[in-house]
Amino acid sequence: MKISKSTWLKTVQGAAVAASLSFVSGMAMAADTIKVGVLHSLSGTMAISETTLKDTVLMLVEEQNKKGGLLGKKLEAVVVDPASNWPLFAEKAKELLEKEKVDVMFGCWTSVSRKSVLPVVEGLNGLLFYPVQYEGEESSKNVFYTGAAPNQQAIPAVDYLMKDVGVKRWVLAGTDYVYPRTTNKILEAYLKSKGVAAEDIMINYTPFGHSDWQTIVSDVKKFGSAGKKTAVVSTINGDANVPFYKELANQGVSAEDIPVVAFSVGEEELSGFDTKPLVGHLAAWNYFMSSESPENDAFIKAWHAYIKNTKRVTNDPMEATYIGFKLWVKAVEKVKTTKVDDVSKAIIGLEVPNLTGGTAKMLPNHHLTKPVLIGEIQEDGQFQTVWQTEAEVPGDAWTDFLPESKKIVADWADPKIMCGNYNTETKTCSGQNY
Amino acid sequence: MMKTFLNIVFTVALALLFSPAMAEEDSFAQLLNELGGTNLSKKATALDQLAQLDDERVLPTLEALMNNALYQQKSDNQFVFAESAADGMKITSVVTGAVLDEAVSSRDLRKIITNNSLRSRARNLVAATRLMNKKAEVREAAALELIKSPNIEFLQPLDNAIAREKVPAIQQALQVARGAITLDHPDEIERLKAVQAMDGFEHKQVITLLEQRLQKNADGSFVEPSALVRTTAQEVVDGLKKSEMFYKIIEDTFFGLSLGSVLLLAAVGLAITFGVMGVINMAHGEMIMLGAYTTYVVQLLMPNNIGASLIVAVPAAFLVAGLMGVIIERGVIRFLYGRPLETLLATFGISLILQQLVRTIFSPLNRSVITPEWMSGSLEINGFLSLTYNRLYIVLFALAVLFGLMLLLKKSFFGLQMRAVTQNRAMASSMGIRTGWVDAMTFGLGSGIAGIAGVALSQLTNVGPNLGQAYIIDSFMVVVFGGVGNLWGTFVAAMGLGVANKFIEPLSGAVLAKILMLVFIILFIQRRPRGLFALKGRFVEG
Amino acid sequence: MNDTTLINTTMNHAKVLENSRLGWLLNDVAGKRLLTVVLAAIVIIPLLNLLVPPDSFFHVSTYTVGLLGKYLCYALLALAVDLIWGYCGILSLGHGAFFALGGYAMGMYMMRQIGDRGVYGNPLLPDFMVFLNWPELPWYWYGFDNFAFAMLMVLLAPAILAFVFGWLTFRSRVTGVYLSIITQAMTYALMLAFFQNDMGFGGNNGLTDFKDILGFSLQSDNTKVALFVLSGLAVILGYLLCRFVVASKLGRVLVSIRDAESRTRFVGYRVEHYKLFVFVLSAMLAGIAGALYVPQVGIINPGEFSPINSIEIIIWVAVGGRGFLYGAVIGAILVNYGKTFFTGAFPEVWLFMLGALFVVSTLFFPQGVVGIVQQLKQKRAERTAFRTVAQQSGASTESTPANDSKILQEPAP
Repeated sequence: MKISKSTWLKTVQGAAVAASLSFVSGMAMAADTIKVGVLHSLSGTMAISETTLKDTVLMLVEEQNKKGGLLGKKLEAVVVDPASNWPLFAEKAKELLEKEKVDVMFGCWTSVSRKSVLPVVEGLNGLLFYPVQYEGEESSKNVFYTGAAPNQQAIPAVDYLMKDVGVKRWVLAGTDYVYPRTTNKILEAYLKSKGVAAEDIMINYTPFGHSDWQTIVSDVKKFGSAGKKTAVVSTINGDANVPFYKELANQGVSAEDIPVVAFSVGEEELSGFDTKPLVGHLAAWNYFMSSESPENDAFIKAWHAYIKNTKRVTNDPMEATYIGFKLWVKAVEKVKTTKVDDVSKAIIGLEVPNLTGGTAKMLPNHHLTKPVLIGEIQEDGQFQTVWQTEAEVPGDAWTDFLPESKKIVADWADPKIMCGNYNTETKTCSGQNY
Repeated sequence: MMKTFLNIVFTVALALLFSPAMAEEDSFAQLLNELGGTNLSKKATALDQLAQLDDERVLPTLEALMNNALYQQKSDNQFVFAESAADGMKITSVVTGAVLDEAVSSRDLRKIITNNSLRSRARNLVAATRLMNKKAEVREAAALELIKSPNIEFLQPLDNAIAREKVPAIQQALQVARGAITLDHPDEIERLKAVQAMDGFEHKQVITLLEQRLQKNADGSFVEPSALVRTTAQEVVDGLKKSEMFYKIIEDTFFGLSLGSVLLLAAVGLAITFGVMGVINMAHGEMIMLGAYTTYVVQLLMPNNIGASLIVAVPAAFLVAGLMGVIIERGVIRFLYGRPLETLLATFGISLILQQLVRTIFSPLNRSVITPEWMSGSLEINGFLSLTYNRLYIVLFALAVLFGLMLLLKKSFFGLQMRAVTQNRAMASSMGIRTGWVDAMTFGLGSGIAGIAGVALSQLTNVGPNLGQAYIIDSFMVVVFGGVGNLWGTFVAAMGLGVANKFIEPLSGAVLAKILMLVFIILFIQRRPRGLFALKGRFVEG
Repeated sequence: MNDTTLINTTMNHAKVLENSRLGWLLNDVAGKRLLTVVLAAIVIIPLLNLLVPPDSFFHVSTYTVGLLGKYLCYALLALAVDLIWGYCGILSLGHGAFFALGGYAMGMYMMRQIGDRGVYGNPLLPDFMVFLNWPELPWYWYGFDNFAFAMLMVLLAPAILAFVFGWLTFRSRVTGVYLSIITQAMTYALMLAFFQNDMGFGGNNGLTDFKDILGFSLQSDNTKVALFVLSGLAVILGYLLCRFVVASKLGRVLVSIRDAESRTRFVGYRVEHYKLFVFVLSAMLAGIAGALYVPQVGIINPGEFSPINSIEIIIWVAVGGRGFLYGAVIGAILVNYGKTFFTGAFPEVWLFMLGALFVVSTLFFPQGVVGIVQQLKQKRAERTAFRTVAQQSGASTESTPANDSKILQEPAP
């Protein structure tokens, strides 16, 4: 190699700067802008889901700038591509915080990407809004969780099936990773507390992208023919869903016989499915595109205008991104600064309208209040709401259905606690390094 | 009750019984209105009451409800049946039966909201009336439907149907459906008859029903008080279980074969590009992906002929992927012959480019490929065994592809040239064979077959940019396990791995089954370092 | 691969080797330059990071230090692969497995170091075990609280796997693509296994939330710089070790195995022993690379086992120049820098560029970056030679710049 080390180093720095420049929209005002980091994969396996969220943030930033920006400054989005690679998520987060000095970040989808970014945002005192439903068991000082905690999705869905559909036998099917594992653990404990016998619960895990469902569907069919109403609670992830539903339909399992309630199948996923075999199966979310509210109509209209395609759908993580963004804007306006400590203190207790006609309130545990909606899949790839909680459900960071987690609470407002994992028995917080 | 019968009477006497019809008219319209409400539990009551009405309009209403074809016009709240027509929705009034409009926009209609329980209730009610249908298969389906949900209210229609039914198989199904209801009849003889009716009726539900009778109550007494009925039931269950086990083995074998044919389809193209030509073709998966996307595009081009689209897609995918293969061969690989490890790098680069190309053209989202009617559903052999059509077709398709390919290689002139070139390039060249052309065609053939595999896989899994990645490793395993350069080996390896996997899976779970397969391949290669069917001869050591 | 050239270079080295005891090092001009650069980097960059104030132009941010540290780990990994592929002809498509195993061993140590500072405050069990209701620590987690033991495992875990795998494979004379494919099967099986939560390695999330290593906080700049320096040292030592091996008599046997395995066996060498030795050595180097990598990126998850990762390692080596140890180092750094740069600068099209890079480099630069440099040198030399010859005789027509393309079309033995 002929290039000497120092020139090479400069190239690295120059390149990284150039990289960021190419995304800067309003360079002229570089000194006087508020930077919004966008940390979503644009390539690799997760690009399927995350690209949309990147566009959502960009749309929200553009909208805010049209309204005159924030605190008299323009917002400026900084986009990077962590390429569905978990160590790269940490690296890119570092880049956003250290090099770009962004004021806030919106990003991550999978739990592992969040876990990988967590030490970085905590160490560098950044601010991250995480917009996807997840397994809970976490509450960081620097992260706001705008997706659903398990009590805002899984438990109400099971309640609905138990009370309104009369389900007595349960198949908990999931992809083998942390979200399904935790959710199923919680559900298992919950079902048992409701008097469901152990032999009426079947738990099954499959690898990522599992495509051959013949045996499992046949087992489910057998399990469901025991004379009691059976339902499948599916935490099956992304790509494995299409072959799963196809196999169900082909083996003659209809939604009326054995309904499947899914926590990871939304409008966007459905747009890539042949929905015919899915009609009647259920999903539990906090938002459906079919929700009727003026905010939602406006949001869908803005989205179609921004993406220049009226066929594109909206989904739950987009709503979560929307709420997170609005809350952040409101908090910044309240304290008139973007300083992380001030904003994260001010944001607790703030309320903004959500897209389903209610309000979303940021709780002291950094989770939101959210309505829970159960929808049946329609042939056009939309959901028909069949059940809805009467009021918003407050998100619970630490579930009450696992023994170790039951005794822990998160509270970032109470001066006596001020941590994400306060143990109510020993009265301490552990592991608060930062 | 006896709705159909009464319906006939009703139709005949319609003119005479004008005033009762008026009363019916009111309650029909009123119940319909309740069905259109938003409260789902009120709807359920309305549905039940509706079914009680003796009105010929009830059955079509229930059927429409079941099939999500019941709508209200937004303008005047009139209830209509809607079906897709050439330019919009054709709507028919529920109350009068008159065709209202041939082309109304779906925006002007509001769908009557149903949920699973409403629909399944409607399905049961419809099934009871269908027991008298003219078509035998409709009657049989209705009887099987009623076995699944025994309910005392269906006893009467079942008895009526039993009295009229002439087909023995349907007669038995009706008897079983009846037995399912009378299993807890107070009379011991009735119960015994019910159990005996179920003897030898191969259906999963029957075992469940009988086993429930054989259990003990909480206080230790048997659910079924009579010892005689219990022993009979036990015998019936034992007999059924034996045949269930037998069919389970058949089913597992079928699952295995179908997994094997997916592996075979995915691998057979690689068996040519990698096995015969020695190119470590990392872009093979992307050829499969191209085939799947071709299917998607073909369906976009012929939206009204989804059934035929797959048949068109097969040659189209072969051409698209094959052409891409020829381009890759002429553009890159021909410079790399004899350096197999470098073909790995180049084709890996090509695979990245193709993936990103697809992402740019078709977006990173998965595309939805529609399953045509003739590929959905399953072939019901009996209550224990049903083979899904799509798997069945894919098994046949895979065998046809393999057979065609072998024929091409062994019997055609091109096949002869191809074998000549792979066995001794220099000699073949000096005999006047255009080796470059043969290379390009061979690679094109392998890629084209991968494209065909893509058509089949589009019916089983996602069509997205990552499709190819999911199959590439498995394909390599199959080819290597079978023995490089041997199509027969590829076939045996694919089927063997498929069946073994499916027999291990119930015992160990899907993940462990796969790991065990991989470990098995690693160990097997130690025993036979050149795969199942090793080529013999001088050129092997190459 | 241009084997003739390889043999020539190795023979040249061999000749000089006899001249001096340290010939294996002194003769390696490019290697010496590379080592100097790395050495300079690990001396200067920490100074620029720690001593120069952040607003100065010469300041190197911690972010850059972390990035460079990561590249150095990859470089060590590439060295390990080049040792077996470039010098012994073993194309392992599963070397990511050894890297990941080393990483997991290190990760387990750091996991145990968290102690009762986890979110649940459980002194023994890592967090992911607590909320998945593991009653007690699995036996294979014992001992990892001890740094020395963990470091031993960093070496032993990959070594044992490599030994067992190699012993089986080389003894039964599995070679060529068969070997490559079953190494791929190995890493694929391990990936599936580690993805399973029941394995007790944290499933898909892997091991994260590390707090400190040997009592030094991973968040502090000093620790990060220290890890960077260690990675640099590891590359230097790894390079020296590999260089020593390939320049020794052992190395010449390895090359002869690569070029003519059967002949070497007939001459009387126990081919499988040599292969096994170098395979295990390479696995251990990969394990060290993994162990240094994990604390710097802060996470280890089964994704590292994925076969695509292992193929990428091969590509670094190929781009750098197979059969040249310094080529592997250069290739690893170059490709990864390209990735970092492209993913930031052109997120939509970077895969096109990366793909095109691989195609172009195999087609036109079969010996990678090193090959390009050598070709240029050779051309210059030839031109001078040609000029001299032309001056002398005035009639020489054909020179041999087409040397490479001729070999290109010749099938390998």
